[in-house]
Amino acid sequence: MGYRSSVEILTEWDIVAARQLGRNEAKEVGFGTVDQARITTAISELARNIYLYAGKGKIEIERISEGGKYGITIIASDEGPGIPDVRKVMEDGFSTSGGLGAGMPGVKRLMDTFKIDTVLGEGTVINATKWIR
Amino acid sequence: MPQEIERQYKEILKQYVMKQSEQNLYEGQNFSRQLIKKNIAPDEVISIHKATLEEMFPELPMNVWNSFDLLIEMMIRYGLAHAEHQSLLQQQEEMKVEMDLAAKVQGTLLKTTRPIINGLEIGLVSVPARKMNGDYIYFLSDNLNNAGVAVADVIGKGIPAALCMSMIKYGMDSLKDVATDPKKVLDIINRIVEKSVNDDMFISMFYGRYNVENSLFTYATAGHEPALFYNAQNDEFSELHAKGLLLGVVANVSYEQHAVKMETGDFVVMMTDGVTECRTDEGFVDPKIVISLIHSLRHEPAQTIVDSVFKELEKMQNFELRDDFTLVIFKKTS
Repeated sequence: MGYRSSVEILTEWDIVAARQLGRNEAKEVGFGTVDQARITTAISELARNIYLYAGKGKIEIERISEGGKYGITIIASDEGPGIPDVRKVMEDGFSTSGGLGAGMPGVKRLMDTFKIDTVLGEGTVINATKWIR
Repeated sequence: MPQEIERQYKEILKQYVMKQSEQNLYEGQNFSRQLIKKNIAPDEVISIHKATLEEMFPELPMNVWNSFDLLIEMMIRYGLAHAEHQSLLQQQEEMKVEMDLAAKVQGTLLKTTRPIINGLEIGLVSVPARKMNGDYIYFLSDNLNNAGVAVADVIGKGIPAALCMSMIKYGMDSLKDVATDPKKVLDIINRIVEKSVNDDMFISMFYGRYNVENSLFTYATAGHEPALFYNAQNDEFSELHAKGLLLGVVANVSYEQHAVKMETGDFVVMMTDGVTECRTDEGFVDPKIVISLIHSLRHEPAQTIVDSVFKELEKMQNFELRDDFTLVIFKKTS
């Protein structure tokens, strides 16, 4: 497991803190400006979902490497209500209409891999990874 | 490939900064077309722009470089919106293909054979407003003395209406015997529909049967548009009314049944509200216009009448059908 740092999400200001952490880490690891902005946007979206739908949770950033490749994994976890219909949340059209999904397909597009684990009444953990091209 | 794009962009930008000609801008636009094809996001384009500028004008102040970071941040959403749009377009394309297939299946499923009866001409036109038809025609005949026709219309159009139609077809298939009285036909279909359809779905249906031996046209209706009867001798139209509730509302309905005697040259016009409620931008087409149109064609063969009426009304509506359009004519020729 690589170096991990995290931000607790309790208020809207914590979203900014999570973004800042993500951008710094992305820069350190060696991502270019555009990818830094993409990773930051993904973190922003995930943190915002925690703030809006779970109330509180955590954003962790992990530096990863594998076979000479370097990258970043974002882990967004909360103990909120969980997502009742993941397929719906992942549907296009939800984000632009400002519905419940609030940008999940966007996060998936911004990152290379995207994994979501959710249990109703227990919470949600989202793992998203991006590698340096 | 990104290096290649950067190189090309740099070339175009260099030329433009130097000459500022329309030709350079045109090249830029063509290049952007390529980028879109290759799914290059707008944030990426700005990043390329920034990198190119850094090479061309390294002496620009730091503030300018920093401002690009904000612009890139701003464009990320546009990139996402674009990607989403692309994926929705693809989904739409897939749905279109599926709809075409479904329409074909419907066409096969709802196929019905036009009866051949001595002294009776049958004209039929049925055109859906969208891909799937919510109007339904079903012929029942012994190809000797009796020709029956059911004209049904699901309230609503498109896929739900089309799915509903298969049920009517199933019900009519179970009848087989053309001697069944129209009111009995409606009663049977009503029971099937009532059992199997949502409360918010209603179907209107007209059933008429012509008998060669006594020249009687016997009919019953379940809340459907009244048919028109043309009496050739008096040269006048009258409406064929009968009491009867829409299909699927309640299980037990007793449908009224009436009959009218047909003489040579007389005809019955059955239709759906796509005909009677023809709309143009100015409002509904006056039913009198439809009647006078049919009247002007009264000496034509039944099929010519329905085809001509459809063509004329389609033209009046600027070739935009707002509802499924179905017209059937039974014309006594001898």
